[in-house]
Parts: sequence; structure tokens; C-alpha cells
Amino acid sequence: MGTMAARWAKRRHKLVPYVFIAPNVVLFTAFSFLPLLYAVYISFFDWSLIGDAEWLGVGNYTRLMRDPLFWRALVNTLLYALATVPTGMAIGLALALALNRKLPGRTFIRSIYFLPVVVSAVATGTIAAWLFNDNYGVINSILVRLGGSRVAWLSTPQWALPSIAIATLWVRSGFNMVVYLAALQSIPRIYYEAARIDGASATRQFLHVTLPLLGPATFLLLVLDIIHSFQVFDLIYVMTGGGPGFSTTMVVQYIYKSAFVTSEMGYASAMGVALYVLILAFTIVQWRASRQKENVL
Amino acid sequence: MTVRMKRSFPDAAIWLALVAGALVMLFPIYWMAVTAVRPRAEIFEALVSLLPGRVDWGNLAELWRRQPLLGWLTNSAFIAVVAVIITVFVNLLCGYTFAKFRFPGRDILFFAILGALMIPIQVILVPEFLITAWLGLLNSPWGVILPRAAEAFGIFMVRQFMVSIPDELIEAARLDGAGEFRIFLRVVLPLSRPVIAVLVIFTFMWRWNDFAWPLVILTDRDSFTLPLGLNLLRGEVNPEWGQVMMLALLSIAPMLLIFLAFQRQLIQGIASTGLK
Repeated sequence: MGTMAARWAKRRHKLVPYVFIAPNVVLFTAFSFLPLLYAVYISFFDWSLIGDAEWLGVGNYTRLMRDPLFWRALVNTLLYALATVPTGMAIGLALALALNRKLPGRTFIRSIYFLPVVVSAVATGTIAAWLFNDNYGVINSILVRLGGSRVAWLSTPQWALPSIAIATLWVRSGFNMVVYLAALQSIPRIYYEAARIDGASATRQFLHVTLPLLGPATFLLLVLDIIHSFQVFDLIYVMTGGGPGFSTTMVVQYIYKSAFVTSEMGYASAMGVALYVLILAFTIVQWRASRQKENVL
Repeated sequence: MTVRMKRSFPDAAIWLALVAGALVMLFPIYWMAVTAVRPRAEIFEALVSLLPGRVDWGNLAELWRRQPLLGWLTNSAFIAVVAVIITVFVNLLCGYTFAKFRFPGRDILFFAILGALMIPIQVILVPEFLITAWLGLLNSPWGVILPRAAEAFGIFMVRQFMVSIPDELIEAARLDGAGEFRIFLRVVLPLSRPVIAVLVIFTFMWRWNDFAWPLVILTDRDSFTLPLGLNLLRGEVNPEWGQVMMLALLSIAPMLLIFLAFQRQLIQGIASTGLK
């Protein structure tokens, strides 16, 4: 009797971890793993939600390769990344270096730069759309007062993307600053003391101590910011809706349009799968690099 | 003396540049607030004045009259609060298990969960929508909550934090005959307050600010959240910018309060995992 109860208790004990992770496993199976498989499956069909799906094989993928709009969306995404990632990181680094000094009110100033991080992308985009408004926007108003002329920020192709990039920098600079500040504060003081004893100037200390030790943070931010720019949706949706024309349509916007405007579920899924492969490639690079970092330390 | 002067000159210049930059950063928030409480006639002047004139609550009154404002607010709050409860609890339990139990298949499951949860919503937008529709959850807050209830970063953070909880404490409770779930509730959770705080704040922020997924699931105006309402108002042919900015103000006000109260946890969360 006693041994049976003990055996049952032991067996039950072995089940505990599986029971504890069960809710998560159910959620991730239903809402991540199955949808991913389902996305791959749908991507082989022509399907508009209504009516029967027609098997296309890799038809959606060959269409993808030849679709000028898809390539345009990819180029737009790259342009957006180029416009926002290096600049956002440079501003973040400059802010972190400046605010790492003992300046009056630095905690308060840091907070101000960090504040946009909690503002939703929709609110950011809405406020930006109002600031950049052609007729009543305050930016044009200031331009006119300074003797310039109005710019059609959001309704001309050459200005729409820069306007979106400025709104992005408003949010991302503070985010990048926080990561850089944490990295700066984790550099042991003793390195700087040693450099000073060796007679290294402030510039040399920066180039030979600070910059190399910021390497991992720089790499992390590069990957995070690139992935972020591949996924941008909310901000652009409310600022320009992807327009004018196709000038600010990113891959994610194009997926959304194909699925819920023109109702091409198969094609939208194929684009989703292609985007996933791109993002996965970056994530793997990041993961391997961060593992290498851990091995070094 | 000269050394101090040499040091303080660039510091003063840097400080001035930082303050100027901070004013630029604050300007959009300022402009939103000013527009929200301006009379309509002032908003649509050809050359708008930078300083607020008269404070006018007409935008709020008109917004209240035209839109189900209270409903949007309730929907947003319900989704964010329920999502926080479910997500935080589920992730704590899962993170704890991966931190403190050894069991067959643990590592594979850990990477499977992280890998699956790192799939961006845009990639699986179509099938996720079909599954949610099939479950009958369109236009329901649960259709927004459940598909996003498990968060990879949460599991990851909890695991990292709980690894450092001493095994002896858990073993001691086991010897006292406490059940596993009781140990989790009474021993592990009280020791995990810092990570719980970070998790609660970030989950609330994510769900409160969410847009792409609710946009697909909630199509009925009465089921909207505040960001969807904001998008509706902004998307009108001739947006009433005073009302739009009033709604923007209302929608970010709770986040601004959370920012003031929990800035340290937000910074800690970002600095330790790079999440946003």
C-alpha cells in the first residue's frame, strides 16, 4: 500500500513541470505554431476567403519574385531601415555619452528623451500627421513665419518617407539611448583609471576603451532596430496609409492590403512566409553572436 | 582653476544642446495637448499661434457626443487588464518551470516556445485571423487577448530571474510537505516581485498600445479600443483635429502616468532584454 502511494506521488511529481507549462504550450500551439504551418499551407493556394481555394503550387512564390510592387515594398523597407537605424543609433549613442556626464538635471533630461517610448505608435503617428499637416500643420506654419513656403510633407512621395523617419527617430532615439546608457554604466571604472595612468587622452580613452566595450550593445541595437524596421506597421498606417501612391508601402503594409483589402489570402501568406525567413535570418545571426559573446566573457 | 574652466565649457555647451533637444522632444506632446483644448476656430487658422489662447473643452464635449468614448475606454482597459492577468500568470508559471525543473524534453520545448512566440504577428496575420474567426472571437475582446496571451520575452525574463532563487528554499518547502503549486504561490512568487513588476508594466503597455492585431479582429465601432478609435477619427475625410488630439491625449494619459510612476522598471526591462 505504502509503496504504491509513494510510487503514485513520484509519478505525479514527474508530471508537475508538464502541467505547469501546459497553458503556455496550448496557447503557443493554437496561436503561433499551427498558424505558421497553416500560413505555409495557404501560401500554396489562390484563395479569397469566399469560394474554393485553388492549388497553385509555388505559384504565389514565383508571382512574388516577379511582382514589382513587392520589390518596391522591399526597397521601401530597406530605405526606411537605412533612414532610421544608423541615425537612431548615432543619436542614441550621442545622448547616452552626453547624459552619462555629471550634468545638472540629467535624470530629468534623460526622462524626457525616454518618454516617447511609452507612447503608442498610433498616437505617435497621429500626432506626427497633425504636425506635418499640409494646410494647418504647425511645422508649415513655422516655415511660413520664417519666410519659407509650405511643404506637402505627407502628400508628396519625396517627403512622405522622411516625415515618417523623423517620427520614428522621435521614438527610437530614447530607446537606443537607454540601451547605450546601460552599456556605458557597466564599463568598469578601473579601465579608465588604467588608461589615465598610461597617459591616454580623453579622445584616446573614448576610442580605445569606450567604443570597443560598446560593441555588444551596438550589435544588439543593430539587430533589434533592423527587425523593428522590417515590422513597422502602425505608425505608417496612420501617417500615410502607405501612400501617396505606393511610396511608403512596406512589406507588412502590402501583406495587410493583400489579405484584408484585395482579399488574396494565399498571396498574403506567401509574403508573410518570405518576411519570416528574412527576420529569422537576422534573429539567428543575433543569437549566434550573443552566444559567442557569452563564451568570450 | 583653468582646468575647471576647460572642463566646464564643453559641459555647458553639451547641457544647452541637450536642453534644446529635450524641448524639441517635448514639443509634439505639448502640441497635442494645446490642440486638444483649443477652440475649433483657432485650430484651423492659416498661421496657428504657438501659444495657447483660451482653454476650451468643446473638443471633448463633441468627441463625447459623436463617439462611444466610454465604450472604447472600457474595451481598452478590459483588454489590457485581463491580458496582464493571464499573460503574467502563465509566463511566471512557465518561466519558473524552465528555471527550476529538470524534465525530459525541457530544452527542446524551451526553444520551440521561444521560436514560435518570436514569430511576428504580421507573418501569421492571415491564419491567425482565420483561427480566431473560427473560434467565433471576432469583435470580441477575447479575440484580442487570447492569441497574444503568451509572450516569449516574459518567459525568457522570468526564467533568467528565477534561476537565481536558491534551490534550498524550494527544497525546504517540499520537505515541509507543501504542494508544488503552493510552493510556486507562497515561496517563489513573493521572491519575484521585481520581475513581476517589469512584466506587468510591459504587458500592460503592449496591450494598451496594440494596433495591428485589434485592427483585424475588431471591426465593429462599439468593440473598438482607443487606438482603433484614434485611427477612425484620423482617417475621416476632414479630420476634426481638435477631437483627434483630445482622443490622443486620453489614450496616452494612462501610459504617461505609468511612465512617471515606474520609469525605473521600464528602463530596467529595456536595458536587460532589449525589449520594447
